[in-house]
Amino acid sequence: MIKRLFVLLAVAGMAVILIPFVSGNGAGDALNNVAATYVEDAPRDLGTMNIVTAVIVTYRGLDTLGEVLVLFIATAGVGFLLKKRREGDPVQPPSEILSTGGMILMPLIVLFGIYVFSHGHLTPGGGFQGGVIIATAFLLAMLSARRLPIYSGLLTWIESVSGFAYLAVGVLGLVLAGGFLDSRLLPAGRYGSLLSSGTIPLIYTFIGLKVGTELVSILDKLRSNQ
Amino acid sequence: MFPILLCYSLCLMMIIAAFGAVYVKNLTSAVIAAGAISLAASLLYLLLAAPDVAMTEAAIGSGLTSVVFLYTLHLIKKIDEGDDD
Amino acid sequence: MIHAVTATGIILILTGLWCMLTRKHIIRIIIGFSIIDTGIHIMIVSTGYIRNRTAPILDHAVGLQGAADKVVDPVPSALVLTAIVIGLAVTALMLSYAVKLYRRKRTLDINNYAELKW
Repeated sequence: MIKRLFVLLAVAGMAVILIPFVSGNGAGDALNNVAATYVEDAPRDLGTMNIVTAVIVTYRGLDTLGEVLVLFIATAGVGFLLKKRREGDPVQPPSEILSTGGMILMPLIVLFGIYVFSHGHLTPGGGFQGGVIIATAFLLAMLSARRLPIYSGLLTWIESVSGFAYLAVGVLGLVLAGGFLDSRLLPAGRYGSLLSSGTIPLIYTFIGLKVGTELVSILDKLRSNQ
Repeated sequence: MFPILLCYSLCLMMIIAAFGAVYVKNLTSAVIAAGAISLAASLLYLLLAAPDVAMTEAAIGSGLTSVVFLYTLHLIKKIDEGDDD
Repeated sequence: MIHAVTATGIILILTGLWCMLTRKHIIRIIIGFSIIDTGIHIMIVSTGYIRNRTAPILDHAVGLQGAADKVVDPVPSALVLTAIVIGLAVTALMLSYAVKLYRRKRTLDINNYAELKW
């Protein structure tokens, strides 16, 4: 019972810390200086329509690199803890309709994922969302196909090449443009066209491939470990 | 008027789903309730003018996270059945 | 409206904390962690919201002139977007630790893992 009391005290303390946010929120009716600078400068300097993409890839690019690194380490941890075993026979093979429908839908979902991460600077979306959509397509295939060989060697290869290319683009920005991960390495292009805003589509493609392959390998480890 | 009503009902649904995820007896139902929280959250992000976050949350929070949990529950059941070293 | 959203985020955080501290099953504790995750994301996104403004995507409908008076804050969205992906990876890591623990001891009750009890 004394334990329950301590738990209640901890939750109450957390509530006391968090409650002031409720009344403090929504007080201002203008952007703060940092956000206003991002919104005004990003279309002019970088040529991106989507300001969130500009913040993620260029202005706070180093943070994104750190996040990708955390994702990589977590994936490596899952792979270390769940060693891949023999491919077991599925308990109940999927029906004809499910496997056919899955095989028809999967390439379309992959195509949509590629659309999302290549248009990250123009529309909502980007490398993280596109990678997740691609992982969802492979999940559909895992659930519906009778036997789906996932080549983990190929996945590892795509993942390491795209991670290396991401870093290489960053270092090239340091040498040839204003700083590490500066997207003005390539010309900004016409505002609103697909091949515009410097290296942002390139970096988001690498992030999309890396995130997609990492999530597919997590799902594959969890599936075939039995 | 409609967005505000939608916002309040989403908030209510999330709180109910959260209590469900904590207190429901069946673990699979708890996982589904946690997925429902994320699904409501993704609609809420759309109302808060953050479509990028809404896309991510819809794909990850309600899709992949639930699947990862369910695969784990399946794995634990497999270990229980004893075809493990 | 925005106050209700922030309050919901706070309630989710507190519910998740309560779940992590009082439940016994390890999978349930991980579910509590993911509830906390969602609550924190809702709170952070709600700090960037400003009434009657649109998403920070400057297409032809918004226009470049005076865009800073028409869009919401893009920085919280950018923070939360990457945090969601990291949250999934960390959850998967925790779950694979749970599988490893179950393989070792054949139980997921937190009371049976008392090696560090004083």
